[in-house]
Amino acid sequence: MSFLSVDRVTRRFGPTLSLGEKIAARLGADVETRAVQAVNDVTLAVEKGRTLGLVGESGCGKSTLGRVIAGILAPSEGAVLLDGQPVMQGTNKVTTRVQTVFQDPFASLDPRMKVGEAVAEGPIAHGLTARAQAAEYVAGWFARVGLDPAWAERYPHQFSGGQRQRIAIARALAMQPDLLICDEPVASLDVSIQAQIINLFLDLRRDLGLTCVFISHDLSVVRHICDRMAVMYLGRIVEEGETGAVFDSPAHPYTRALLASVPELVLDGEELVRFAPIQGEVPSPYDPPAGCHYNPRCPFAQDRCRAEAPALRLLPNGRHAACHFAEELPAG
Amino acid sequence: MSVLDVRDLRTHFFTRAGVVKAVDGVSFTLEKGEILGLVGESGSGKTVTGFSLLGLVDPPGRIVEGSIRLNGKELVGMSDRDLRKRRGREISMVFQDPIATLNPMLTIGQQMRMALEAHGRVGPRAAVTRSEELLAKVGIPSPRARLRSYPHEFSGGMRQRVAIAIALLHSPSVIVADEPTTALDVSIQAQILHTMRDLARETGTALIWISHDLAVVSSLATRLAVMYAGRVVEEGPTAAILRDPRHPYTAGLIASLPAMAEPGTALTQIPGTTPSLLSLPPGCPFAPRCTHATEACTSEPVLERHGTRGWACFHPVGGVPA
Repeated sequence: MSFLSVDRVTRRFGPTLSLGEKIAARLGADVETRAVQAVNDVTLAVEKGRTLGLVGESGCGKSTLGRVIAGILAPSEGAVLLDGQPVMQGTNKVTTRVQTVFQDPFASLDPRMKVGEAVAEGPIAHGLTARAQAAEYVAGWFARVGLDPAWAERYPHQFSGGQRQRIAIARALAMQPDLLICDEPVASLDVSIQAQIINLFLDLRRDLGLTCVFISHDLSVVRHICDRMAVMYLGRIVEEGETGAVFDSPAHPYTRALLASVPELVLDGEELVRFAPIQGEVPSPYDPPAGCHYNPRCPFAQDRCRAEAPALRLLPNGRHAACHFAEELPAG
Repeated sequence: MSVLDVRDLRTHFFTRAGVVKAVDGVSFTLEKGEILGLVGESGSGKTVTGFSLLGLVDPPGRIVEGSIRLNGKELVGMSDRDLRKRRGREISMVFQDPIATLNPMLTIGQQMRMALEAHGRVGPRAAVTRSEELLAKVGIPSPRARLRSYPHEFSGGMRQRVAIAIALLHSPSVIVADEPTTALDVSIQAQILHTMRDLARETGTALIWISHDLAVVSSLATRLAVMYAGRVVEEGPTAAILRDPRHPYTAGLIASLPAMAEPGTALTQIPGTTPSLLSLPPGCPFAPRCTHATEACTSEPVLERHGTRGWACFHPVGGVPA
């Protein structure tokens, strides 16, 4: 049994209709009644102490999946188990062992609460520290993430973006989680600050033995810190495997195109920057294409791809890919 | 003659807390059809530089010094009326967020026609023809039908293409593009980069591409200007700067990219944070974060030319013989 197992999780978002709207819809008025399948039958496993990268373009469902794993959103179907125990019961999160670091620490910190109080709030509520010792407890975590403990008395607006992200990390870690969900934690930071936060993350992960799910659209960051990665497209996982191997030989046509579309500096090569665009755009999640969702953009698509959705299956090289023709794709 | 010649540009903001020197001595030239990448982190002054070029700096900010010559004409001190005649026709801008710059209440066709009519009379048929031509050029499928669409009916990438088409309507000599792909997904970003590269080649329009992303800028720009704390600290051909950065800040920026390190290892980081522009130390603004700083760095280095390149540093790094 894996440490974290995501078992056939589906999450739908439908409109919540008022009585009036329901009647109007029944009478044939133009009321949105369709649901979006943000996460579609996803199964994943993460071993203890490992980091899984979750990548994909906007709207692919990576953040929704992250929130379901974190126990912020209840799955419509399926379950998330941590160490064999469910993260949620009904719509309630029943564990403190999963914590989340969000992209924008300005939005996730209460502007009118001193940052020290924000970090202390959870541990006090859950008995991880007594109120009397809270200041000391917080100071310890501040020092751990490279902040001056004296700053606990300050408010969020008094910090720079990088410092705020350190506070958000301290707040998550103060709950002493086993699993940390990081949703684009460095996306809004400048390059030089991004490197500082990534280094901090690498140190903490090693020292605390954390298991992580790292959600990012930045493939170079994922390559740098994740042991394994899963690529999502319109709610489905299309490929999963060991990070280095996925980068070296992507098995799914979408992974291939996604990796190729990122401008990458090649300082020792002939050309400086290498990239090639994917044709077309991500279709509307309200109305995903039949069969393999990627088929309209896929240069290798055949009739079968338009009719039958490929299952995520284990390839001989140990990779998981959801493509009917993964073994038959031309090289390169 | 250069299409654009910027000399010692200084744009300051006079706030209650003090004078913020957002742009403080920026110089560069731009040749016809050239793509210049303006790289820097938040607060480096790259966006304010772009806004200054179009005369779009609002109070409490103003250009306090310097010269901006567009096709030989001085823009600094020019009347609003004369500036307006040039904006859109000789120099235009593409912003980061097209949903904020397009009018949600008007169709794309109406907005393109207004942009055309801003610089003289255009018949309705001519307006449609020209708009359609440009939408086709930036890669929008069935352009004629799309003229009747509203901005919200386009995807993010397509909206940015529309914004680029509008910027190109009058075939300006210079387009300033401020982080135009930052809000887009990587696959869409790659498409836009390709389109822009082809357009610049085809139309001879010079491009200033403002971005924080070195890899993105380098995929387009033939030359780079690296900004820090309101100044250009290094400038030169893209390949030369990337392969052999001379300013310690540029070197640090390149070294801190995850792509430059072995996976899982610590990244090279630039210590400290970007300084507040309200209280810059005298001398080199990068000195407090620089491992090479010495006594000499308490006086300010100027950007010195060395062949096709230039840097503002007393202790340049690198210098591999080519």
